[in-house]
Amino acid sequence: METALRTSLPETELASRANFAPHARVVREERPVHTSGPPLSIRGLRKSFGDNEVLRGIDLHIPAGQFVAVVGKSGCGKSTLLRLIAGLERIDAGSISFGGEIQPEDIRVMFQEPRLLPWARVLANVEVGLGRDRASGDAHARAEKALAEVGLADKREQWPSVLSGGQKQRVALARALVSRPRVLAFDEPLGALDALTRISMQRLLERVWRDQGFTAILVTHDVAEAVALADRVLVIEEGRIAHDVVVNAARPRQRGSAELAGLEGSILSHLLSADDRT
Amino acid sequence: MSLIDSISLPRSVRLPRVDGLIQWIVPLAIIAIWQLASVTGFVPTRVLPAPSDVVLAGWKLLLSGELVRNIWVSFWRASIGFLIGGSIGFAFGLANGLSQLSAKLTDTTLQMVRNVPHLALIPLVILWFGIDESAKLFLVALGVFFPIYLNTLHGIRTVDPQLIEMGRIYGMTDGELFRRVIFPGALPSIFVGIRFALGIMWLTLIVAETIAASSGLGYMAMQAREFMLIDVVVLSILIYALLGKLADSASRVLERLTLAWHPAFQKR
Repeated sequence: METALRTSLPETELASRANFAPHARVVREERPVHTSGPPLSIRGLRKSFGDNEVLRGIDLHIPAGQFVAVVGKSGCGKSTLLRLIAGLERIDAGSISFGGEIQPEDIRVMFQEPRLLPWARVLANVEVGLGRDRASGDAHARAEKALAEVGLADKREQWPSVLSGGQKQRVALARALVSRPRVLAFDEPLGALDALTRISMQRLLERVWRDQGFTAILVTHDVAEAVALADRVLVIEEGRIAHDVVVNAARPRQRGSAELAGLEGSILSHLLSADDRT
Repeated sequence: MSLIDSISLPRSVRLPRVDGLIQWIVPLAIIAIWQLASVTGFVPTRVLPAPSDVVLAGWKLLLSGELVRNIWVSFWRASIGFLIGGSIGFAFGLANGLSQLSAKLTDTTLQMVRNVPHLALIPLVILWFGIDESAKLFLVALGVFFPIYLNTLHGIRTVDPQLIEMGRIYGMTDGELFRRVIFPGALPSIFVGIRFALGIMWLTLIVAETIAASSGLGYMAMQAREFMLIDVVVLSILIYALLGKLADSASRVLERLTLAWHPAFQKR
C-alpha cells in the first residue's frame, strides 16, 4: 500500500515537471529510513585561487541525510565547493557549518581516482579508512564488513594492481564507508569508469546511502547520473548556484524513465543556454 | 591442434627451470670458445691463459688460503664502505626529500661535490689516510653516496601527491604517512640507486686496491702482474665479474621480496 503510494505520486507530478522551479519547495522527503547525516549550512562562501575567483558567494542549506548532486561545466567551481566542504581547502570568506560537532572521521571523500596504496593489500587499504581507529582490535573485522558491503570480500588479500577499475573504486568506497561517515563527498567518483560499470556503481552508491543514511554530496559532469541518484540537483554557473532542482522520483529509480529523462533534458538545456550567453 | 597442445603443455611446466639456466648459456659458451682457442694455440697463453689454467691457479691460491683471505678483505671493505656511504646518502635523501629547508641548505653543495669524479680524489686520500683501510672505505663510501642520495631524493619527491593527500584526509600522522605512503612509494627508486651504487662500489674498491693497498683482490692482481702471473690476473678479473653478479642478484632478491605489490614483480 505504501509502496503503491510512493510510486504513484511522481506520476501525478509529471505534467508540471517541465517548469521545475516552483516545485523546489514542495519537497516530498525521500530520505533514508534512518539518517546519521548532519544537516549542512553554507553562508556566503567565497574562494579564490590568486586572481581567479572560483566561488562567488554560495548560500545553501542541505537537510540531514539528503543526497545532493552538483553539476556544472568544468571550471565552474563545483569541485572547489566539494573540497571546501570536505575541509581540503581553506575558506576565504563565509562559513560552512554542520549541525553540531563533527569529527574528522565523520567526513569522507571519494575521488575520481581510487587512490589506493599499491603496496597494501585490499583489506589493508580499507583499514586506512578507519582513521585513528586503525590500531583498534576490531579494525580487521570492520574492514572486512565494509569490503563485504561493496561485494569484494573475496578480494581481501589481492594487490590493488590486479583489480579492474570498477573494483578499485569499490575498494575506495569501502575505505570511505568503513568509519561510518556522516557526510560523504564524491568528486566525480565514476568519471573514469565504463558505462556498464558506472550503472552498477550508481546502484551500489544509492544502496549504501539508503542503508547508512549519510548526507551525500556528489559532484559530477554527468547530468543523467545526478538525476538518477540525487534528491536535489544544484547547477553551478560562474561560482554561484544558478538552479536548485528537486528530483522527486521514487527509489529505486528506473533508469531511463521518461520522468528522469525529462528532468535531465531541462537541466542540460539550462547548462547549454548558459553556454550560448557567454 | 594436437601439435599446439603437445608444445604448450610441457613448455609451461618446464619454463622456470630453463629460465634459470638460460642466462648462463652465453658465459659458458664464451668460456668454451676461449678454452678451444687456447688449446689450439690460436690465442698464445702469455696473452690469455686457458680457462683451465685460470682454474688451476685459483685452486692453488685457494689451497694456500690467499684467495679466500683476499676475497674476504675486499668483501669486507666493500660492504662496510657501502653501508657507511649508503646510510649517509639515504639519510640526506630522506632529509632533503621531506624538508624544503634541508634541501635548500645542502642540495647545492652536494651537487657540486657530485660533479667531482671521486677517483680523482685518490692522491688526496692517500695523503690524508695513507694506504690503510680508512682510505678505501672513504672512497667506496663517497662513490656509493651519490647514487643512493639522488635516487632516494627522487623517489620521495615523486611519490604520488594524491596518495599523500589521501593519507592526510584519513588522519595519518606524519610518522604513519612516511611509513605507509612515502617510504613504500620511494622504494622502487631507492632500489635503482642501490643497484647503481653496487656497481660503483666494486669499481671504486678495485681501483683503490690496485693503486694503494697491501691486501685484497686488486692488490692480488697487481702483485701477480709484477711476477707476470697472467693466470692470476685473469682469475682476479673473473672473480670481480662473479662478485658483481652476486651483489646484483642479492639486490634483485631484496627487490622481489619488498616490491611484491609492484606489477613488474608479480608472477604472470
